[in-house]
Amino acid sequence: MSGGHSQYVPVNGFMKWMDDRLPLPRLVYDSFIAYPVPRNLNNWYTFGAILSIFMVLQIITGIVLAMHFVASTDIAFNSIESIMRDVNYGWLLRRLHANGGSFFFLAVYIHIFRGMYYGSYKAPREILWILGVFIFIIMMATAFMGYVLPWGQMSYWAATVITGLFSAIPIVGEPIQQLLLGGFAVGEPTLNRFFSLHYLLPFMLVGLVILHVWALHVVGQTNPTGVEVKDMKKETVPFTPYATMKDAFALSLFFVLFAYFVFYLPDYLGHPDNYIQADPLKTPAHIVPEWYFLPFYAILRAFDFNIGIPFTDIVLIDSKLAGVIAMFGSLIVLLFLPWLDFGKTRSGDYRPLFRQFFWIFVIVCIGLGYLGSRPAEGGYITAAQILTAAYFGHFLIILPWLSRFEKPKQVPPSIADAILAKNKAA
Amino acid sequence: MKLTTVFSRLIAAGFATMLSASMMTTSIRAEEDGSSPHYPINHPKPAHWSFSGPFGHWDLGQLQRGLKVYKEVCSSCHSLDLVPFRKLHDLGYSQAQVKAFAAEYEVTDGPNPEGEMFDRPAKPSDYFPGPYANAVEAASLNNGAAPPDFSLLAKARAPERGFPTFIFDVFTMYAENGPDYIYSLLTGYQDTPDGVEIGEDIYYNPYFIGGKALAMAPPLEDDLVDYDDGTAQTVDQYSQDVAAFMMWAAEPNLVERKSLGFKVMLFLIIFSILLYFTKKRVFTNLKD
Repeated sequence: MSGGHSQYVPVNGFMKWMDDRLPLPRLVYDSFIAYPVPRNLNNWYTFGAILSIFMVLQIITGIVLAMHFVASTDIAFNSIESIMRDVNYGWLLRRLHANGGSFFFLAVYIHIFRGMYYGSYKAPREILWILGVFIFIIMMATAFMGYVLPWGQMSYWAATVITGLFSAIPIVGEPIQQLLLGGFAVGEPTLNRFFSLHYLLPFMLVGLVILHVWALHVVGQTNPTGVEVKDMKKETVPFTPYATMKDAFALSLFFVLFAYFVFYLPDYLGHPDNYIQADPLKTPAHIVPEWYFLPFYAILRAFDFNIGIPFTDIVLIDSKLAGVIAMFGSLIVLLFLPWLDFGKTRSGDYRPLFRQFFWIFVIVCIGLGYLGSRPAEGGYITAAQILTAAYFGHFLIILPWLSRFEKPKQVPPSIADAILAKNKAA
Repeated sequence: MKLTTVFSRLIAAGFATMLSASMMTTSIRAEEDGSSPHYPINHPKPAHWSFSGPFGHWDLGQLQRGLKVYKEVCSSCHSLDLVPFRKLHDLGYSQAQVKAFAAEYEVTDGPNPEGEMFDRPAKPSDYFPGPYANAVEAASLNNGAAPPDFSLLAKARAPERGFPTFIFDVFTMYAENGPDYIYSLLTGYQDTPDGVEIGEDIYYNPYFIGGKALAMAPPLEDDLVDYDDGTAQTVDQYSQDVAAFMMWAAEPNLVERKSLGFKVMLFLIIFSILLYFTKKRVFTNLKD
């Protein structure tokens, strides 16, 4: 879509000189000013911009926090408290960073669901989607390691549980776990390497985001009709001022919500046990991750049975490994989404059946999130098993089946027609 | 209706049944609970706090009383490691008062030029010295369980609110779970009900987060601490005062946070309104 030639005209001699040598202003102009966006984008399409701003916010607050943080098991907990109590506006930085992580995930979940609803993963946007999944996975790794740094009870036990997952992998599992921990249990080396990686991964994230945006600017954005832009003049508007203003307004509203939590409910999304310093001798009653990991945690714990050959005692996959495979599988399956849903119609607006299943899928994810927060016993496990089946069923059965048999509604011939029809109706 | 439509409706209905079934098993489990009991037995009692809500502020008189309760009662077992004396200035004391207060405590300093550690009166820059030499001593003098440090307890003890209360909490801005818990625990000691078994030397309290009973004997009684401002000298009042003090100790920036928050929110809301109209103006160019 940006295939049209550059419209950048240097405004003065210096910019002309610059453009002939390093056309950076041209790149910025073409990407964020002249870049054509479909006219009919709705507000769900603003989360990409919101996410990039949150990434920058996390990096800035994180770099300042790192100046005050001490990655040592004896001092880490108190160094966080000294940030909260003695560093000028340290309490604000820390609240912004901790809650910023949560809101980063809130935005990314909306962004992912939006992509799923409007079929943003379909050709020619498979690479764009896959890069997005990698961004999501790196985000999760970053958030997990960041959560360990304050060295509270939940930090410590979350680290123990999650690194313990790797020990389930046959043969290479234990060495991998020991490599992650830097020893046989979570301790000083673990904290130090997690701090190091927590500083490194965000910059890898930036790299992936640049590729993500690049891929986006090659293929262009989808839009609620799911029809590709046919007439650049009639159907697109320049990024600035249109998308810029729209994104700015949405971002500002999102910040209102963010500020509400940072200033009035700063501990709402956290766990009280993380205000207790890590104690390897005391296991908390329930070990729960942050809210954004809960659905995956529910899938992990849904497997309380070994998978073996029926009517024999032969165990092929024990329950722990099955849970680990399912949890990582629930992310890996996203990579294959473009080929699991191969129907030609992109947008959920024109796929009545798909739409139903989409919303069921959203509810399944929320249900898994709730179950992830409950203790793994009795009915909670049964419920988690049902919803785990529903999660994978959506990708592996429902979507391929829908792509083959669903009869979509008539898609408008072009974006311009869709806009005209909408104006007529209004 | 076409066959595929019927089929898919069936599957959708199946999913919906699965969802509701999974929710039902969940609620059944919650009812016939018994395998793993859930503590605290009672939800904390909500008390009135001056620091709740968007314009929350400290009641300095209350914090000073709470400090007195801490000093005369709690501090014999509970440390307050993260609070330096200088911070007491925030409770409305003058620098001279803080200095005099600190001087009542002895801290170990050194080594001196001869290489020996020595005791000296505390200065405002020192932290509250704890009642025990170290964690092992604290545990050994208390049946093996060291009394927790007070610095963060008001944030570290927050019983789960449960569904759907935790959703309403977002709108009511409820963040006083910790002080409510402390207040409830201190006023919640009861005689052990008939048929309930508890161990020796522990005390039944349905508000305790870790079980039916706790090792701490009821620490307060009426008229235990003298108040010089005419406030009622009751266990209920002491408990509220010390809980408020503990909230301050855990989150000394609470008031600053809320008042800055109000300005930030006001700015963001006005900014959003301006952006909305700017956006609308920009997009009117498109209407044709």
